[in-house]
Amino acid sequence: MFFEGTLAWSDILFLLKGAVVTIAITLAAVGIGTLFGTLFGVVRAGAAWWISSPIGGVLDIFRSVPLLIQLVIFNSFNSMFRLNWPTYVVACLCLGVYAAALCTEIVRSGVAAVPTTTRRAARSLGLTWRQEVVSITLPIATRIVFPSWIGLALGIMKDTSLVLWIGIIELLRSSQIVTTRVQEPLTILAITGVIYFLMSFPIARLGARLEKRWQIQ
Amino acid sequence: MSYTFQWRPVLESLPDMLSGAVVTLEIATLAMAVGTVLAILLALAKRSGNKTLSGLASVWIETARNTPALFQIYMVYFGLGSIGVGIDSYYALLLGITFNNAGYLAETFRGGFSAVPETQVRAARSLGMGAVQTLWHIVLPQMLRAVFHAMTNQMVWSILMTSLGTIVGLTSDLTGVTQQLNVMTYRTFEYFFVAACLYYLISKIFTICARLCAWRLFRY
Repeated sequence: MFFEGTLAWSDILFLLKGAVVTIAITLAAVGIGTLFGTLFGVVRAGAAWWISSPIGGVLDIFRSVPLLIQLVIFNSFNSMFRLNWPTYVVACLCLGVYAAALCTEIVRSGVAAVPTTTRRAARSLGLTWRQEVVSITLPIATRIVFPSWIGLALGIMKDTSLVLWIGIIELLRSSQIVTTRVQEPLTILAITGVIYFLMSFPIARLGARLEKRWQIQ
Repeated sequence: MSYTFQWRPVLESLPDMLSGAVVTLEIATLAMAVGTVLAILLALAKRSGNKTLSGLASVWIETARNTPALFQIYMVYFGLGSIGVGIDSYYALLLGITFNNAGYLAETFRGGFSAVPETQVRAARSLGMGAVQTLWHIVLPQMLRAVFHAMTNQMVWSILMTSLGTIVGLTSDLTGVTQQLNVMTYRTFEYFFVAACLYYLISKIFTICARLCAWRLFRY
């Protein structure tokens, strides 16, 4: 019957579409975050304190304010400055800045873990600062921080659920929409949870395995 | 920019927001306290040889760590609500954050427990202490020292997570109060900017206090 509200395949498909939005926002945000995080992280690890600590202080704000409030403030810029950006852009930028703040600390700890002697050796072999950072420090640091970076990416993936507040239909919001039709919140939420779990758990396991494997060598 | 800031209504409602901040701290502290106890039990269950216990603990920990906190709160609020367990948004938020905290902290504590040398336990037991006595007097103090910093971070996360309450309709915490004022006045930026400053202050003050505590508690 037309009015019968039972769970259909189309509902699952709708949820999966929401999951695709979640993944897309995650990829964009983690991309932005990694780019700027690496930049700021390398600067923070190497530069003098009067450059390093202001960057650290500003980025610390993004880690000390709830993401939901950051989203609302970012979203209000849209109307304040008449930007007319789509909410997707706002969400990706906001999560991207948040990811950059987290990534900076990860990169900084990675760069700090590269032995100074190795870096000096590279410089004394005639490499320029840029060459040394690109071909010595970053490869070693990447190996050290890759597991934490995976943790960051998964954290951002979970945090994308907050963008429903500014009106984006991602996985969690689409589960609510399906619920309004089917009226079985527990079932739908359980399915949603399984989708989140399947997106997160295998990658988390991979990260844990890499951490273990790379530690021994 | 053609936007006129109006800070007066925000300053006038600052007392309301501050009392919201108290509720925020209350929820975060309760969730952290109960979460810590649960996390210790979960970590112990995972270390115990019992397959059922460690399996259940794993399910809890992995669910908490691999799904969004907001999903967990929804599960309590809408999920439990649909099977007849009506829970208001305050307790839904509290339960959701507690579940989340317990999962994350259990993983931290597992690492902390392995930081305590096995020989300490054997020494305590051979001095005639019981299993519970050993846990309470020997293992837990050393374990908590090892994970204190991670627990501080988790408490900050806990404070920030309380902001999710407003999505399930909580109006008494800091974000909830702010949102109530926002829908009445549409001064979105001003209100949420002040809320952001308050959250920043709360988490900074907490971090500094925790650092002072650690300095007092853990000097040799």
